[in-house]
Amino acid sequence: MTQTASPLLRIKGLHIEGESNGVWHEIVRGIDLTLNRGEVLGLIGESGAGKSTLGLAAMGYTKPGCRLTAGSIHFDGQDLARADTRSLRDLWGRRIAYVAQSAAAAFNPAHRLIEQVIEVPVVHRTSLSPAAREDAVTLFRDLQLPDPERIGRRFPHQVSGGQLQRAMTAMAMTCRPDLIIFDEPTTALDVSTQIEVMAAIRSVVREFGTAAIYITHDLAVVTQMADRLMVLRHGELVEEAPTAEMIATPRQSYTRSLWAVQALHKPERPSDGRTLLEVDHLGARYGSFRVLDDVSFSVPEGRTVALVGESGSGKSSLARVLTGLLAPCDGQIRYDGRPLPARFQDRDRSLLREIQMIYQLPDTALNPRHRIGDIIGQQVTLHLGLRGAARERRVRDLFEMIELSPHLANRLPSELSGGQKQRVCIARALAAEPRLIICDEVTSALDQLVAEGILKLLMRLQAEVGVSYLYITHDIATVDAVADTVVVMQQGRIVEQGTKGDVLSAPRDSYTCRLLSSVPRIEVGWLDAVLSGRSGSGPRAKADDGTVWSSAWLPPAP
Amino acid sequence: MSRLILGLMTLVLVSALIFMVVALLPGDFARAILGPNATPETVAAFRHEVGLDRPALARYLEWISGAVRGDFGLSFSSRSGNTRTVAEMILPRFRNTLFLAGFAALMAVPLAITLGVLSALYRNSWLDRTVNAMTLTSISLPEFFVAYLLMFFFVVKIPLFYSLASVDAGTPLGERLLRTALPALTLVLVTVAHMMRMVRASIIAVLASPYIEMARLKGLSPARIILRHALPNAWAPIVSVIAVNLAYLIVGVVVVEVVFVYPGVGQLMVDAVSKRDVPVVQACALIFAATYILMNLAADILTVVSNPRLLHPKEGGVR
Repeated sequence: MTQTASPLLRIKGLHIEGESNGVWHEIVRGIDLTLNRGEVLGLIGESGAGKSTLGLAAMGYTKPGCRLTAGSIHFDGQDLARADTRSLRDLWGRRIAYVAQSAAAAFNPAHRLIEQVIEVPVVHRTSLSPAAREDAVTLFRDLQLPDPERIGRRFPHQVSGGQLQRAMTAMAMTCRPDLIIFDEPTTALDVSTQIEVMAAIRSVVREFGTAAIYITHDLAVVTQMADRLMVLRHGELVEEAPTAEMIATPRQSYTRSLWAVQALHKPERPSDGRTLLEVDHLGARYGSFRVLDDVSFSVPEGRTVALVGESGSGKSSLARVLTGLLAPCDGQIRYDGRPLPARFQDRDRSLLREIQMIYQLPDTALNPRHRIGDIIGQQVTLHLGLRGAARERRVRDLFEMIELSPHLANRLPSELSGGQKQRVCIARALAAEPRLIICDEVTSALDQLVAEGILKLLMRLQAEVGVSYLYITHDIATVDAVADTVVVMQQGRIVEQGTKGDVLSAPRDSYTCRLLSSVPRIEVGWLDAVLSGRSGSGPRAKADDGTVWSSAWLPPAP
Repeated sequence: MSRLILGLMTLVLVSALIFMVVALLPGDFARAILGPNATPETVAAFRHEVGLDRPALARYLEWISGAVRGDFGLSFSSRSGNTRTVAEMILPRFRNTLFLAGFAALMAVPLAITLGVLSALYRNSWLDRTVNAMTLTSISLPEFFVAYLLMFFFVVKIPLFYSLASVDAGTPLGERLLRTALPALTLVLVTVAHMMRMVRASIIAVLASPYIEMARLKGLSPARIILRHALPNAWAPIVSVIAVNLAYLIVGVVVVEVVFVYPGVGQLMVDAVSKRDVPVVQACALIFAATYILMNLAADILTVVSNPRLLHPKEGGVR
């Protein structure tokens, strides 16, 4: 074999164990992995599949509470599994770099961006501070960060999530490493930011010929980024193939089930004329900052209205107004034909019962010290006045409705999986026998397969009990799976609304167009097509506004 | 700004409380001072002379308005021809107290931070365990006991220092340091444990953050990770514990001053209480309260200054 043909990274028979409550269990079970120079490998799977653990192990690092029990990790001829900390430290940052999932948490809040970015080359003595600063500015420009000369002077809390993620990629690039581990770098971003970060990452990885391991649970994203894919499940390899081949002909049924999730589609049902909730010229503000402006739409009885927009568009503020947590400053809300009191304190018990809410993070929405059966039972007693055996029977019925075993009633929330916890939240809302449920990003913290189960459950419940949903999301695929009508929001205003078919297939507003076209598809070359389509239709907008799209794709000025 | 106003309000409240509590002390000041043989006429005359026959509110307002200008009135021990203002009694003593506190703080704070950082860096090592055991021991012993132990070793066994810390305004600095070495050392031993443990705990809490893992994966050395990445984010709780301990060094040194016969404010206050010298007691109490409030205020301000989120607010429009 020639020197160039030898792989950059070769992992053999890797076993990693993790400890929880004093018991060691295997997270990674005998994985083999080979990565050539300049190649991008995608690792996909659900949470708990061992992707991140494997990604970190490729650096010779295991998280506290984990240990490597068997196997070797050869990076450029050196076995990282047996290397001492000093030689690992010499490699980290300089030859192998890491890009974390949440840039907001991975940047030190106490230091300016530039200081953290140039720390790597300065500490590794690959360049001196002034040269490193200049190089960082070049990288900021390559990654299309706005104001590359000065953005480094900002503190992490002063820039947006998408910009931070790109700054972190710049930080990883400073020493021009041979290998970068990207650990879910776009998962926390909304679609229009995600596409920018994806494009930026891919262009620098190509420019410098860097090899990369790209970890994600999002197939559409990894399809755009990786040359080759590895599907993991329960710490084992399910399937491995070049990207195009795996997309076209997945061999394993598990891989096919991952593919199928995005195909969930609900046929749209027109309203039968009865309106449950009517929002009329609603406005709201936090202090002097206007979060909602002239918002009007209605929710028909027994239907789903999807509320779409990126973070900061006012979706969650609207939910707060509807639940009476935030008082509107103008406009009014009519519920079931009558005006809805602005503050929840002024609403009577039956109104409070009829409007329920399900939150994005079931972990924080469930009291960790209450048992599941009690969490649901309290609602039953509070709203329906049932006690004793009648309450037990009702709780058991609810468990059946959410497809959970009644045996779980004695468990604490921490003993359940994410999907199970979200089902409990749904059951808690259902226990009140509501007519309207506000769902705030209820599946965005869940894996695709689990999310699919939750969406199917919500749709089945609607068919059975006729509840209406106001479904808040930034994920267009979810809209397709649940909505009858769609409302698109941007900067506190509604920019477009209509039936799902109209909005998704023939959007009129340019912002909606951009939002829709930013949703990644499981197609090789999708990103290139979108990018060339966007930059071909007009002169490139300067990076000042943080976007690279042609001016034709920019949202109208508010 | 609002913290400043809050601090001032607390001070006013405390001053009223001090005045009330002192007024509630049992016994008659005039009789206590003049002795059992005083005639009712002399008692009445004394009461009139120091103003005790006037209503409490008037006396409080007069006292507090004087105190604002640094005038704490006359000591009960002053006589015509030999006037002794409270201010002139306290001032040299307060200087001594500040000197001792400053001396102790200059040793204790750097020592506590160094030990805290080292024990966080080498967590669960023999160094960590030793430092923890020693500081725990010193914090568990009563301070007078620590003082006598130090005296036993450094005066009786090895005659290095002085057991009596008697100084006056004319004592040169070198000798002053030598004479106050043992009281300062006692104070260091009783305060360093508290601060060091907070430094250690606070840094260890920060070490669990994702940005620390990121720093490790950038290939930084453990020392750089602790000093540059952990410590700046661990400041807030450390600063407030240091502030409370500095205040303690000024306010809580009574026992140490008595043991070493050091002429500080604490001893003056003890004397004044036994002599029923009300103006002196009130002034001391007010100075102590002001010290506490000032130290906490300083800690609050330092916390804000050390946190870029508070110092550099998000600019409008940047998302």
